[in-house]
Amino acid sequence: MDTNVDVSMRVNGDPVSRRIEARMNLVDFLREELGLSGSHVGCEHGVCGACTVRVDGRIVRGCLMVAAQADGADVTTIEGLSDTGEIRALQDAFVERNALQCGYCTPGMLLTLAELMERNRAASRSEIREFISGNYCRCTGYEAIVDAFEMARSARSGGGGDAA
Amino acid sequence: MTDLIADRWILDRPNSYIGRSVPRPNAPRLAEGRGTFVDDVPLGPRAGHVAFVRSPHAHARMRSIDTEAARASPGVIAVLTGRDLAAIHDPWIGVLTHLEGLKSAPQYALPLDTATWQGEAVAAVVADSRARAEDAAELVAIVWEVLPAVTDPASALDPDTPVIHESLGDNLAWRRNVDFGDIEAAYAEADHVIEETFVFARHTGVCVEPRAILADWNPAEEQLTVWHNTQCPHMIQNILATHYRLDEHRVRVIAGDVGGSFGIKVHTYADEIATVGLSILLKRPVKFVADRMESFVTDIHARAQTVKGRIAVRNDGTILGFEIDALSGIGPYSMYPRTSGIEANQIVNLMGGPYEFDHYRAQATVVFQNKNMMCQYRAVGHPVKCAVTEGLVDAAARATGLDPAELRQRNLRADDSYPCRSVQGLPFENLSHEESLAKLLEAMDYEALKDERDALREEGVYRGIGLASFIEVTNPSAMFYGVGGARISAQDGATMRLDARGNVFVATGATEQGQGMEAVISQVAATAVGVPPERLKIVTGDTEHTPYGGGTWASRAAGIGGEAVARAGRALREQILRAAATMLQEDAANLDIRNGVVVEAQTGAERIGLDEIGRICYYRPDTLPDGFQSELVATRHYVPRKYPFAFTNGVQASYLEVDVETGFITLLDHWCIEDCGTVINPLLVDEQIRGGIVQGLGGALFEECVYDRDGQMLNATMADYLVPMAAELPDMQCGHVESPTAESDLGAKGAGEAGTCGAPAAVMNALNDALAPLGASRLTDMPFTPRKVLRALGRI
Amino acid sequence: MKPAPFAYVRAATLDDALRTLEEHGDGARVLAGGQSLMATLNMRLSAPEVLVDIGRVDGLAGIEDTGDTLRIGAMTRHVEVETSELVAEHAPLVASAMPHIAHPAIRNAGTFGGSIAFADPAAELPACAVALGARMTIAGKAGSRTVEADAFFRGLYETAIAPREILTAVEVPKIAPGWKSGLMELARRHGDYAIIGLAAHVEVEGGRFGGGRLVFFGAGDHPVAAAQTAALLEGETWSDRLADRLAASLKEELDPFEDLNADAAMRRHLAGVLVKRTLGPLAAA
Repeated sequence: MDTNVDVSMRVNGDPVSRRIEARMNLVDFLREELGLSGSHVGCEHGVCGACTVRVDGRIVRGCLMVAAQADGADVTTIEGLSDTGEIRALQDAFVERNALQCGYCTPGMLLTLAELMERNRAASRSEIREFISGNYCRCTGYEAIVDAFEMARSARSGGGGDAA
Repeated sequence: MTDLIADRWILDRPNSYIGRSVPRPNAPRLAEGRGTFVDDVPLGPRAGHVAFVRSPHAHARMRSIDTEAARASPGVIAVLTGRDLAAIHDPWIGVLTHLEGLKSAPQYALPLDTATWQGEAVAAVVADSRARAEDAAELVAIVWEVLPAVTDPASALDPDTPVIHESLGDNLAWRRNVDFGDIEAAYAEADHVIEETFVFARHTGVCVEPRAILADWNPAEEQLTVWHNTQCPHMIQNILATHYRLDEHRVRVIAGDVGGSFGIKVHTYADEIATVGLSILLKRPVKFVADRMESFVTDIHARAQTVKGRIAVRNDGTILGFEIDALSGIGPYSMYPRTSGIEANQIVNLMGGPYEFDHYRAQATVVFQNKNMMCQYRAVGHPVKCAVTEGLVDAAARATGLDPAELRQRNLRADDSYPCRSVQGLPFENLSHEESLAKLLEAMDYEALKDERDALREEGVYRGIGLASFIEVTNPSAMFYGVGGARISAQDGATMRLDARGNVFVATGATEQGQGMEAVISQVAATAVGVPPERLKIVTGDTEHTPYGGGTWASRAAGIGGEAVARAGRALREQILRAAATMLQEDAANLDIRNGVVVEAQTGAERIGLDEIGRICYYRPDTLPDGFQSELVATRHYVPRKYPFAFTNGVQASYLEVDVETGFITLLDHWCIEDCGTVINPLLVDEQIRGGIVQGLGGALFEECVYDRDGQMLNATMADYLVPMAAELPDMQCGHVESPTAESDLGAKGAGEAGTCGAPAAVMNALNDALAPLGASRLTDMPFTPRKVLRALGRI
Repeated sequence: MKPAPFAYVRAATLDDALRTLEEHGDGARVLAGGQSLMATLNMRLSAPEVLVDIGRVDGLAGIEDTGDTLRIGAMTRHVEVETSELVAEHAPLVASAMPHIAHPAIRNAGTFGGSIAFADPAAELPACAVALGARMTIAGKAGSRTVEADAFFRGLYETAIAPREILTAVEVPKIAPGWKSGLMELARRHGDYAIIGLAAHVEVEGGRFGGGRLVFFGAGDHPVAAAQTAALLEGETWSDRLADRLAASLKEELDPFEDLNADAAMRRHLAGVLVKRTLGPLAAA
C-alpha cells in the first residue's frame, strides 16, 4: 500500500499542498516541508508541549497528529500569530518580564496562553498554572510566565488573543 | 589604562546600565519563534540524518554486526561501526591530573567491541531522513554476548564483582581522603555526635531542546563546520581538532540559540563526536538530534551519591566538626574532558562551607557502573554538600534543643571575618552569611510563620519550615580545570569595534544559553563605552568570529565574560576619545562619551557624535593630522588570578505542607536571599535564582533515573521521569545582599546555580520539621516521594 | 523517534471505515484523536500497516440527550464534554473527571471514545463508565451491538471491541434523583495518570446511603468496581467508623499492581483515603 499521501491545508493563511510520507507528523511537516521552525520538537511523545500549534482554532500537540489529519484544516503557528499581531501583548509581556530564557518552549507556551486568554481571561494564578501544566519550561520555574499572562491581560493595547 | 586592580570605574559611569533590568536583545526573536536552534539550520538535499543503533544491554560484547539489510533499506547512505570511525579518530580519556589517582579507560566515538551501558551508541545509520535512518537501524543485526552488569555502587569494589575495564584492574575510578584538624578530638569534646546517611538519586537535566549537532566537512578546503548546541564552542573546537587530527583553524564551531543546557551541554558526547566522523567519512553534512528517549539514557546523569555524615556539636550549639564518607556510582567511563570526579570533589571541598569549625575528615569514593555516564550538571556537588551540611545542622539543633535559625546564627562565619579560609583551605574573599540570614528571617517573618505552623498542628495540618545556608563556587580560575591539563579556557575575551555609523560591534567568548548573557554583555558594553544598548550588535558562540573564551559554565559568563567586555569597552572609549580629541583639538582627558555622543566631561556639553567620528575615521582620514591613525577596535581578556573561585553565599527557606494520609507534599512558599556581588541585571538574576530553585525542588521531590539490577533505565520517557511543572510549584521570593569581588572592576560573581544548590536542603529540612510531631522516621533519601513519606509515617 | 511507515486512509463514512478494517485485517488500526496511539507509534511500540482515520466520519461526534441517557459520540473531543452543559447537569461524574485528563491541548484533540476504547487502567473515563453503568455501542460488519461497561473492560488495554470493529458511541445514564457522584484521584503531577483514583456513584437520601458503585482506576488492569465494599454502604450514615470499615474492606478486596510510584500496599492504603474523602462530603452535601 502507498505510504505516501497528499495533503493540502492553510498554514498561517497561506494555502499549501505537499506529497509526504503518511507517517510525517504535523510539527515535522511545518518545520521540514514549510520551513516554519518556530514550533519545536521536544519529546515526540506528547508530553513537553514545545510543538503546540493551533488547528482550526484550538491548540493541539503537533507531534500527536499526522499531517494528513490536518488536511483541509486551518493551521496557525507562532510565526503566523507574530505576523498578525494577535499575541503581541503576550509577547511583549514575555520579553519585559523575562518569561522566556532559552526560548525553546516559548512558542508552545505562547500558543497555550493565547487560548487561555480566549477561554478564561480572568484566570487566577492557580488556573493559569493548571492551564500550562502540559508545557515544559526548564529555565524559568514558571512564575515569570504566570506574571506575564497577568501583565498581558491588563495591557491596554494588543489584546493578546483577546476575543473581546 | 586597565590593570588588575579593581577601581569600580564602571559602576560610577554616567548613564550606567549596570543594576538595571534592561530587557534582553535576543528575547523578541525567541518570542516570535524566529530563533535558530541547531535543528532549525536549513539543510540541502545532500544532508544525511543519523540514527544510532543503541545497546539494549548494560554490558555486552558484540560478537558480530550484520549491516547488510540496513544498507539496502530505502534512503540509506551508509551504515558505519566503531571500527570504521576508529580509523580516523583518536580515543579520549576523561582524567584530570589534579584529581590525583582518577582513572578511566580510552573511549571511542563508537565502541570497538563492547557496549558498557544501555543506550550507548554502537553503530550509525545515515539516511536521507531521520525516519528512514530509524527504519534501517532496526535492521542492523548484532549478535550480543551479554556480560554481567555492575549496577550497585556498594558492591562495585567487591572481589567477586566483575571488572568493567580489565585494563584498569578494578572498578575504582577515584578515591579522595582529606583530614583537617582532629575530628576524633572533636568527637571527644562534643556533647553530641550525630550520624545520618543521605541519599541523592541519579537525575538529569531534561533540556527541552535535546542535544543536537550538524557537522559539515568540506574535503576540498579541509574545513569542518559544526553547528552544535554546546555551552563551550572553543572547547569543542579544540576537542574535535585534537581527536580528528586536524589543525584547530580547520574547525569552526557555531553555537547559535541553545535550548537550555544547565551543564548537560558542556561535555563531549561520543555520539556527537561520531556524527562529526560520519561527516568526514561521507564528505557531506550529517545531522544528529537526540530524541527524548535517547536523551534520558545518554544526556549525562548527575548526583547519585550516598553520603554518611557526622556532626560534632556542643550543648551550646557550637559546631566542632564534620565528617563524611561519600560513595558515588558514575558511568563506565569518566566523562571527557571535565571528568566524573568533580561532583565528589566539590562535596569534599565545600562541606560545612557557611560555618566556622576546625575539624573535618572526608572520604569520597567514585566507582564505575554499567549505567549512563555521569558528569557536571547545574550546581555540581552543591546540592549534595548543602543538604548533608544543613541536614546535620538541623540534627544538631534538635539534639541541643536550639531553634534551627538560632543554631545557624551562632555558627555562621561572621560577616566581618573576611578574608579567611575554609577548613579545607579554600579562600573566601567576602561573604555575607549573617546579613543574608537576617534578611531571610525578616522576609519570611520567621517567628510569625512558626506560630502559624504550630497553630495548624493543633488542627491536624502538618506544615514545616526548613532553612539552608550555602556557599557556591563561581567565576572559576584556571585552578578548576586548566591546572589539571584540560584544554578548557578559564579566561574570556571581548572584541569591540566602532562602526562607521557610530554603532558598536561586540564579540565575546561567553555564550548565551538563555540565561540572558547577551543582555548582560549589552549593559556592560553600553556602560563602558557610553552608548545606548540599542546601538550594539552582539555576537556570541562562533569560534570564527569571537575571541577565545570559555563559554558558559560554573556561573562564570557574567563575572568573567562580562569583565572582559567592561575592559574592552573602556579601551575602545579611550581610543575613540583619542580620535575625538584629535578632531576637536582638545585634551582627551576632558572628554567623555555619553549616550553615543562625545561630550565635555565636566559640563556634559555635546561636542561630536560617534557617527561623525566614524565617518571621518573611515571615509575622510585625509582630514586628520599626519601621523594620527585612528584605532577603533579594542580587544581585552580577563581571568581571575587572585582567587581560584569567587565564592558566593546565600540562604533559602522552604515552607510546605504534608498530607499525612497520602504522603503528598505541597510547596507553599520558598525564599532565597543570595549574594552574587554586583547585580548587573536584577530581573535576570532573580530568574536565574528561580529557575535554579525549581531544578533543586525537582531533585528533592520528583527526579530520579530509576535503574533495575540489570542496568536498564526504567523511566526513560518524559511521562515517567518526573520534573515539577507549573501546577506543582509555588511563587518564590528573592532578595539580595551585594558583596562585590574586588578582583574585577564589575565586582560580579555568578548566580546561575545558587537556587539549585540550596533548594533540596531547605525542602528536606521543612519536610522533617513537618513530620517531627508525628514521630516519623527522618527522611534523608531524595526524592521524597509520597511512598517514602507514607513509609516514614508507618502508614504502609 | 519517528513512526515506522504506514499507509493512511481517511474514512468518509462508518461503512467505509469498517470496510477498510476488513480489507487490512490485523495490520490496520483505527485513528481517533490519536493522543495515545500517536505516542506509541512515535516510540515504535506498535507498527500498523495502515491507519484508518475516523475523524471525519459523520455522526460519530456530538452529545445528544436521548431521554434517559446522554449519548456521547465516540469522536466527541474531550473539550466538548468538559464544556457541555448537558454533561454537567446529567453526568456530573464525567464532568468532574474531565479537568484531570492530561492537559488542554490534549483535551482539544483527544476523544471520549478513544479514551474508552484505549482502556488505560489508570484513566478516568473507563472508571466513570463502569460507575455509571454506561453502555458502549460497537459497530462491525454485521451491524451494531451494545455492551454494558461491566462486560466491556476485560483486561489491560483489552476491551469487548473485536478486531475490525469500531466503538461509535457511549450511552451514559442520566443521574437519578437521590444519587450523587464524586471523583478524586492522586497523581504525582497535575494531568498525569493517577497513582490511584476513585469514581463514586452512590444513592444518598437524608445522609443515608443506599446502593452505589465505587470504581477505582489505577488499581488493577482495568477499572475495578469494589462491590463488597460498596455493599457496606447500604443503609449507613457517614461516620469515622464507617470510613474505617470501608478502608479495611478495600484492603481485602483490592489487588492492585506495583509500579515506580506505588506498591500494592500503598495503593490499598490510598484507596481507603480516597473513599473517605470522596464519600464524606457526598453524605454531607
